[in-house]
Amino acid sequence: MKSLTNRSKAVSNKKMSFLERIYLPAIIGGLFITLKHLFKRRATVKWPDEERPRSDVYRGRHVLKRDENGAERCTACGLCAVACPAEAITMTSMERKKGEEGLYREEKYASVYEINMLRCIFCGLCEEACPKEAIFLTKELVPTNYERENFIYGKDKLVEPVSKRVDVSKRQTLEVVSKKYNDR
Amino acid sequence: MLSYLFYILGGLTIFTALRMILASNPVHSVLYLIATFFLISGQYLLMNAQFLFIVNLIVYAGAIMVLFLFVLMLLNLNKETEPQKSIKSKFTMVISAGILMITLLAAFIQNQHDPASLPLTDIGLVKNLGRVLFTNYVVPFEISSILFLAAMVGAVLVGKQKNEEMEEINE
Amino acid sequence: MSTLLIIKTVLILIVFGITLGIAMYSTYLERKVAAFLQDRVGPDRAGPWGILQPLADGGKMFFKEDFIPQKSEKWLFILGPGIAMFVACMTSAVIPWGGNLTLFGETFKLQVANVDIGILYILGFLSIGVYGIMIGGWASNNKYSLYGAVRASSQMISYELAMGLSILAVIMTSGSLSLGDIVESQHGGQWNVFYQPLAFLLFIVCAFAECNRAPFDLAECETELIGGYHTEYSSMKLGFYLFAEYINMFISSAIISVLFFGGYNFPFMDDLGLSENAITLIGVMVFFAKITFFIFFFMWVRWTLPRFRYDQLMHLGWKTLIPLAILNLMGTGAWLIFKDQF
Repeated sequence: MKSLTNRSKAVSNKKMSFLERIYLPAIIGGLFITLKHLFKRRATVKWPDEERPRSDVYRGRHVLKRDENGAERCTACGLCAVACPAEAITMTSMERKKGEEGLYREEKYASVYEINMLRCIFCGLCEEACPKEAIFLTKELVPTNYERENFIYGKDKLVEPVSKRVDVSKRQTLEVVSKKYNDR
Repeated sequence: MLSYLFYILGGLTIFTALRMILASNPVHSVLYLIATFFLISGQYLLMNAQFLFIVNLIVYAGAIMVLFLFVLMLLNLNKETEPQKSIKSKFTMVISAGILMITLLAAFIQNQHDPASLPLTDIGLVKNLGRVLFTNYVVPFEISSILFLAAMVGAVLVGKQKNEEMEEINE
Repeated sequence: MSTLLIIKTVLILIVFGITLGIAMYSTYLERKVAAFLQDRVGPDRAGPWGILQPLADGGKMFFKEDFIPQKSEKWLFILGPGIAMFVACMTSAVIPWGGNLTLFGETFKLQVANVDIGILYILGFLSIGVYGIMIGGWASNNKYSLYGAVRASSQMISYELAMGLSILAVIMTSGSLSLGDIVESQHGGQWNVFYQPLAFLLFIVCAFAECNRAPFDLAECETELIGGYHTEYSSMKLGFYLFAEYINMFISSAIISVLFFGGYNFPFMDDLGLSENAITLIGVMVFFAKITFFIFFFMWVRWTLPRFRYDQLMHLGWKTLIPLAILNLMGTGAWLIFKDQF
């Protein structure tokens, strides 16, 4: 069988020479290998004192976007829930009432929208499936918690606040959007 | 001062020796024996026999008793598995031990020395002991070393024989 | 006489404190060295660079539940770690920490007891140290503990022989059993390691085995025996066992430096033109530098080499080290006679 890498070594059963049999050269060689690591750069990143830089398209916790007027974009179509391989997303839809046009962009909206962050695998398929550009993943991490219930994120945590909009321009580039619509 | 120490050490030695005989658990028995060896080493130290003190510790307490303890721990002896001796053998043991004790007592009574006040000599120091062993007593010393060598060779031979038998069985 | 007594008492207390302090910080150093050799950072939360970590560990040890298994031999269970700790602390008595120091018009040697039989004393107490492990392992009434104890004892007996034989060669060249004299005989760069390299190699291998350190740590290997002889121990009793191991490592490093690397001697110590007190103090520091290096070496080896298999361990001890030690002994004897003749 052809090996995939060049690093494999054929095992041989040949008799060892005297130098090999006393093992000392091998032991000293090994000691110097570990000694070399003593002067190497530490691989540890002391989180949370320092943070490893994350890319702009990092797939962290989700956000439900609002449009320019501050109305929620989500229309509770359920495509994200269907696309989700981990079945982490559930939602309940509601009809928009009169006078709520400023709150919800479409006539239908999600009254309940929950993502179970313990089930979520952060694959980003919900983002890809969304026809309304409503759900996005962000650079933020999901913080730890002691209770399982607290990992079920409702709309209170997911919908972006009007005062603190989340910038998704880096992941919603023209190429991404055009590819999304061409695929469809 | 020294004689007080002697009596304290002696009393403790007798106590641990008795506990060693009377202990029902073999491991406890061995541990008391080890304590006895330590106390005897202390007696050597009182007599200024440093070399004997440390060699007693290394050889008896440090090596031989470790082996004893080792074997006993693996054997897992308890009261049920202890072999019962016949009355006849018990009698022989008691009589022979009694005779030995009488002989020892007679020897000690004749040799009127106060055991607590042995004269302090330098014979127990390493240099002096070595000189004596290699000048005055060189023949018995060498003969005893040959004895040890013979015992060692014998032990190796016994081990080897077993091995060969095993190999024959395997073949 | 009374001043000497006071000085010796102070010296004993200092040696004791230093021994415990170094053992304490060895645990810290071990974790740091392990981390550095593996490209990690190691403990760095308690104090700057994690300096206070040993104190935190000690505090944790004290406040843990002190558990004694119901089916154990209670007294022996308590006695085990006590013996281990006691024996480990006893050995520091004969090590010469430095040369002569003159204080308040009194000259004394920085050594608790310069006995005639110093090296034998250390061998003796090393061989007794195994009782702590054996008693603790047996009294736990746990098969893993028993295995650990049995392994430790058989390993110690086996390697003590080779160790004694390798030391004999050193004793023959320096002509004394006293550690003080052995150090004096290496004065002026005449270190034993240059004359007895094979003995040094044998001794350091045996020292690893006697300390139950990797690659000879079969007595406590986690993968096979959970924790070996201290499986059932908790709280400060466990702490005593671990502490005894580090003290043993410190003492072993000290003995290696004394026997083979000239103890408190350092090159050009007579050419500096300093007073005797200054030389002695520098000598003590040099000695501790040597000890620290060997402690580091112990750890370095631990985080480099994998553990032996048990039969390999016995083969190495009985079939390689002991014959080599005997050969070295005979070679040394022949060389000494040859040197006398010509």
